[in-house]
Amino acid sequence: MTDVVKMVHGAGGQAMQSFIKEYILRHLGWGTGEIPLSSLDDSGAIDGVVLKSDSYTVKPLFFPGGDIGSLAVAGTINDILMIGGRPIALALGLIIEEGFPFSDLDRILKSISNTAMKVGVPVITGDTKVVEKGALENLVLNMSGLGVRHPYLDHNLEVVKKYRDGFDEKWLLDSNIKPGDKIIITGYIGDHAIALLSVREGVNFEADIKSDAAPLNGLVEAALKMGGVVAMKDPTRGGLANLLNEWSEKSGVGIKIYEECIPIRDSVRNVCEYLGLDPLELGNEGKAAIAVIPELADKVLEAIRQNPLGKDAEIIGEATDEYDFVIMETVIGGLRAVPPPIGDPIPRIC
Amino acid sequence: MSEIDIKDILRLYRDPKIARRLAFKIRDIAKDLEDVLIMHVCGTHEWTITHYGIRSLLPDNVELRAGPGCPVCITPASDIDNIIKLGMEGVVVTVYGDMSRAKGGKGMSLEEARSRGADIRIVYGIQDAFMMAQRDPNHKYVFFGVGFDTTAPATAYMVKKGVPDNLSILSSYRYVPPAVGALMMAPDLAVDGIINPGHSSTVTGMKPYKEYFDRNKKPMVFAGFEPIDVLLAIYMILKQIETKEYKMENEYTRSVTWDGNVKAMETLLEVFLLSEGYWRGFGVVDKSGFVFRNTHKYVDARYIYGLSEPRDKEDFVAGARCADVIKGKIDPVECPLYMKECTPNYPRGPPMVSIEGTCKIWADHKVTGIIKCRF
Repeated sequence: MTDVVKMVHGAGGQAMQSFIKEYILRHLGWGTGEIPLSSLDDSGAIDGVVLKSDSYTVKPLFFPGGDIGSLAVAGTINDILMIGGRPIALALGLIIEEGFPFSDLDRILKSISNTAMKVGVPVITGDTKVVEKGALENLVLNMSGLGVRHPYLDHNLEVVKKYRDGFDEKWLLDSNIKPGDKIIITGYIGDHAIALLSVREGVNFEADIKSDAAPLNGLVEAALKMGGVVAMKDPTRGGLANLLNEWSEKSGVGIKIYEECIPIRDSVRNVCEYLGLDPLELGNEGKAAIAVIPELADKVLEAIRQNPLGKDAEIIGEATDEYDFVIMETVIGGLRAVPPPIGDPIPRIC
Repeated sequence: MSEIDIKDILRLYRDPKIARRLAFKIRDIAKDLEDVLIMHVCGTHEWTITHYGIRSLLPDNVELRAGPGCPVCITPASDIDNIIKLGMEGVVVTVYGDMSRAKGGKGMSLEEARSRGADIRIVYGIQDAFMMAQRDPNHKYVFFGVGFDTTAPATAYMVKKGVPDNLSILSSYRYVPPAVGALMMAPDLAVDGIINPGHSSTVTGMKPYKEYFDRNKKPMVFAGFEPIDVLLAIYMILKQIETKEYKMENEYTRSVTWDGNVKAMETLLEVFLLSEGYWRGFGVVDKSGFVFRNTHKYVDARYIYGLSEPRDKEDFVAGARCADVIKGKIDPVECPLYMKECTPNYPRGPPMVSIEGTCKIWADHKVTGIIKCRF
């Protein structure tokens, strides 16, 4: 049997993690820097500059609450924000299938422009390729982004140092979390994946759910300004389940979450129950999980809630040394492990 | 009647306060009891128990174990072999998705038979098979009828109404009450109380269980599938043990009645008669197999194609303890293959194949042992 790349290798779950670790890092993991490739964090950093590249293959291109353009801007900008960067510029790679209508391209470029303009991050370079019909489906975008240290990052880290002896990190890394740290989620989870699913061919069900795709600049600024944040990460592919497991593994802590506290819309929960999906494994494009020192968790939560994109934020749990994996107290008070998903239950959502 | 939102009703059955109070009461009663083994016989109960972490709430001396409640798991290997044989001979096989992945006694599944040229179609029910056969009168179709009292009535109804001449049915349907009776008597299990399956009992009613209860008086509670239903059932069983007043109790009053769905049972017994039934991994249970009556042999694939009767033979992969898991003698983690050679991606036995199989449910929830809450 010939070994080939499968969908699961790009699905954001466990299989993709080991594919990256055992295959890609073997070739490219030699680089050093402030945040090198080998740390597999949301972005890389070198000499004070933050760099991120992300490609978008979402299907369909237009969906309730957004399109591939707004998604690409939000996705790349959020990844820069998540390690404590301030996004300053974008680079757009367009790969278009022959025959793609100009009217659709227009809509997508307008959407990129609008989303980027709102947060003041211009596209300063790019590249366009057209491929023959059938070489890819419609359109694929690459959005790379450049950032610098966030103006409030150092203030935030100083606040953490005040409460935590020996804390000496320069960025908001996945490995920064210590037992006791509280975990905040900035709003309802699962909306993006379910919004996409609701308009997929052959699936259609009626659900008034919109994608949450949005850049989180304002929200992140509010949190860092308050201070006390040790790590941030956006629960995209693989969802919250994958995110928490990555944190648990990289920080060497257990994480306990409370099902009751996790914001999930009734409509999303119903679709999940009907289709046998786990909301914790669904992708989001406008949410962040934020780990905060316990002393300031309530204050950071308040600050986040002041932002329109964070008004439904909740503290959903905490890091603990009682376990060395991710565990959830269910609505009825029982305990169960939250394993990392093997692959994405809904492919091609970003 | 005022309109009540179904979501609000469901929410009550997942209410954290009620659940915690029940868990407290369960622990309180259990303090004065010896070890208690409670068994349930339904894949959906196992899912609720595992998904909500109900075992973590129970005291150490109360054990909750899954018995033979997964239709795919108990379907005889020899019937899987039979249906594969028909498929290889050119009969179009219609089957539930889960069932197509379970291996028969010769180590082959319907899915593998498909890759060798058999025409295997996945269906959601006999209605789909009916439509396919009707549209394609030049080919012979067979429907693989597996499951319990819950799925069998639809087939009986279709047969009564009349099916296309080119459609036959291989019945591996099983009747649950006698199997529960056998479980209660099994000396190697020593079950102290039974949670009866709510949906199956909605069809059969509580009545057919009475003879087994009278034969061997043990707490028996008919229960629904929300977490509060299961906790309440456990509480009711423990209460019976505490007071030594054993009875058949109904927790699932919003669905289960004493007489059940009389019309469905009548239809069932008009088409089928109850005969000896072999449950894979569990054994032969008297009066538990739905066999076509002489009046309906014209749709019986076993008769039409001269297929063998289900064989009383285990047919599991060497070293696997599928039979013990199906019967409820052990938990999946006690099988040496669990999550080692046998995973949901590479299942070695039916309990890891079916979404109602105990091993698959545990594996999907990454259960490697029981986590206990601290109180």
